[in-house]
Amino acid sequence: MSADRTPSDGVDVCVIGAGPAGALIAHRLAAAGHEVTVLEAGPRFDPQKRIEQMEDTLRPAHGRPEIWDMGGERDAFTSSGDRHYPLNHTRVKGVGGSTLHWQGMVMRLHERDFAVASRDGVAADWPIEYDDLRPYYAEAEAALGVAGASDNPFAPPREQPHPMPAFDPSHSDSIFAEACEALGITTHSVPNARNSERYDGRSACVGYGTCQPVCPSGAKYDATSHVEKAEDAGARVIDRVPVQRLEHDDAGERVTAAVYATPDGETHRQEAREFVLAAGGVETTRLLLLSESPQYPDGLANSSGVVGRYFHEHLFAGTSGVIDRETRQHHVGFNTTESHQFYDEPAAGTDRGIPAADAGADDLGPIKLEFRNYGGPSTVGVALSDGGWGDGLRERISDTYGSHLTVGALVEQTPRRENYVGLDPSRTDDHGNPVPEIHWGLDDRTRRTLRRANAIQEAILDELDAGITWQIGPENTGPAFHHMGTTRMGTDPDGSVVDARGQTHDLANLWLAGSSVFPTGGAMNPTLTIAALALRAADHVEKRL
Amino acid sequence: MSHELTRRDAIAALSAVGASLAGCTAPAADDEQADAGEEPSLSDHDRETLSAAAEVLYPDDVSEVEPFVERYAAGRTADRPEHAEGIVAAVTYLDEYCQAWYEADFAALSPDERDEALRRMGAEKADSDPNGEDTERLRYFVINDLLLALYASPTGGELVGIENPPGHPGGLASYQRGPES
Repeated sequence: MSADRTPSDGVDVCVIGAGPAGALIAHRLAAAGHEVTVLEAGPRFDPQKRIEQMEDTLRPAHGRPEIWDMGGERDAFTSSGDRHYPLNHTRVKGVGGSTLHWQGMVMRLHERDFAVASRDGVAADWPIEYDDLRPYYAEAEAALGVAGASDNPFAPPREQPHPMPAFDPSHSDSIFAEACEALGITTHSVPNARNSERYDGRSACVGYGTCQPVCPSGAKYDATSHVEKAEDAGARVIDRVPVQRLEHDDAGERVTAAVYATPDGETHRQEAREFVLAAGGVETTRLLLLSESPQYPDGLANSSGVVGRYFHEHLFAGTSGVIDRETRQHHVGFNTTESHQFYDEPAAGTDRGIPAADAGADDLGPIKLEFRNYGGPSTVGVALSDGGWGDGLRERISDTYGSHLTVGALVEQTPRRENYVGLDPSRTDDHGNPVPEIHWGLDDRTRRTLRRANAIQEAILDELDAGITWQIGPENTGPAFHHMGTTRMGTDPDGSVVDARGQTHDLANLWLAGSSVFPTGGAMNPTLTIAALALRAADHVEKRL
Repeated sequence: MSHELTRRDAIAALSAVGASLAGCTAPAADDEQADAGEEPSLSDHDRETLSAAAEVLYPDDVSEVEPFVERYAAGRTADRPEHAEGIVAAVTYLDEYCQAWYEADFAALSPDERDEALRRMGAEKADSDPNGEDTERLRYFVINDLLLALYASPTGGELVGIENPPGHPGGLASYQRGPES
């Protein structure tokens, strides 16, 4: 990390954002011998402080977004839609980006996810197919270090085993397995970007149990790994330099410079041959909109008018209950079993216990079921929030902990033009720029899918004679912290921002990387797809160097 | 059945808060620190007060509380002077309160009186806030800190049915085991 924040000369590629997409691209291009400079708005966090951060996550006096220093004037935003969007809980600014606080679940999208419009008549198809991304998925799994198994009969085809063996199932997985077997639901392992054995110089998981938002051991992948690799390969990474705008040439065909601010109040211009914008689904969008010009009055690379539009998320559905058995939750902070049975066929029933949905198959989005290893309150959580102490506290912890089970799910949100990330001109950040406005709400298809997920979850818990304690469904759902769709890819320059490679339709040397390019998001956690697309984009960028 | 807090528990508790393990080589003493040319971060009285608090905060059948707290407090404050300051200020507040109500320092009270004093000052209802009012800071720097030390340790976890509690790097075996294993 350079303390000198002046621009570099002779830069081939300027990458904006040091999250997973930016880090992987920077590493790949630097390793190929190109001059790469990465501009990161946030700081480089001290890895020696991870355990202190973990302590803060355990204590009720602290929590997200404070753990990763999100909030304040720098990160001000406006939430204007039907649903409040808790933006600063959903992201981290800094070297490593939001992988610093992520859960680390890394599934490939299914083949259906690339053709939702053709299949279901809603949203948009991707301009690529699963097979186009398939080799890059394998590269991404190797890069991040994925522990997984080939036991998922619903997963798309793969060419080789995961880099590490999957984590073994938990005790509560065995309880769920009984119920799922009785109901005809097939369960399988979870691919985790978390070391089940030592990998790439990082420790195996040691079971701190606080994966989200802090892994103190380094077993969970985060993008600081590829930032370090990029630096070792010669890339220059400058932290705390938020890019204020992108400048372009007179013809409006090429980006010429990224104008960035430094902590001491200086403003610099970083010139480069190619620019990769990888600042997350919100800031990537905001920077394009802030970079308006006479040629691009609605924002850079926005001839289509869709920059910021089609913002979508994954929605959480969950049902929790208690049973009269010990479920032994919270030993670890990650999941080891899930089911994709209702992913491609969310309306289909099983032959023993799950009725088919009333809705047609094309009226529902995919559902990914998760069997939690951290359902119900944790012992430490109760100890620090109960208020009491002594024998009474111990009894209350024991009574509260131990018999909970939670079935979670992610469901697809149908992308809609009326959900958007824009600028709020009435409010400015610490550099005087309009803050992002998140306008977000739910559609009927997504609500139906949430209800369907809840019904399946209830059936599983009913099979265990569980007493339901809470349920999260259409009325009280929240986002899974995945910012997708705001600069979507497509073949039509009038309806998309980037092409199938990630290159903007408008400017030949401007590339966008990250989940903002997803036309649809399926119901899989997006980071593996972000990584695969980033590696693919890096190959295309390199062809221009 | 007595649940004895061990040196391993103190190390585990310190690991959960990112603290120095210095206190685990031996119980810290003022003269040792003076020999090393360092300012003692906590006085004997501060440590005695923490142990007196832990005696009330921990379940009755937990034993070896004092050496556990000594080790924990020494490590906890070795690299965190701001945390030591928080503890010292909380002890001062505790003593002032107890002098006013009981005409004695907190550590000099019987366990029942200590319990009563904490409840009387509203510590049960107080939020845990390092920048809050006196009772909120007491809750943060003393009560919740000592509860975290106990319940993030293996012995403390076992008291409530989990041998690898959150914050403790207890490995990958326990989550797979059933209750009868």
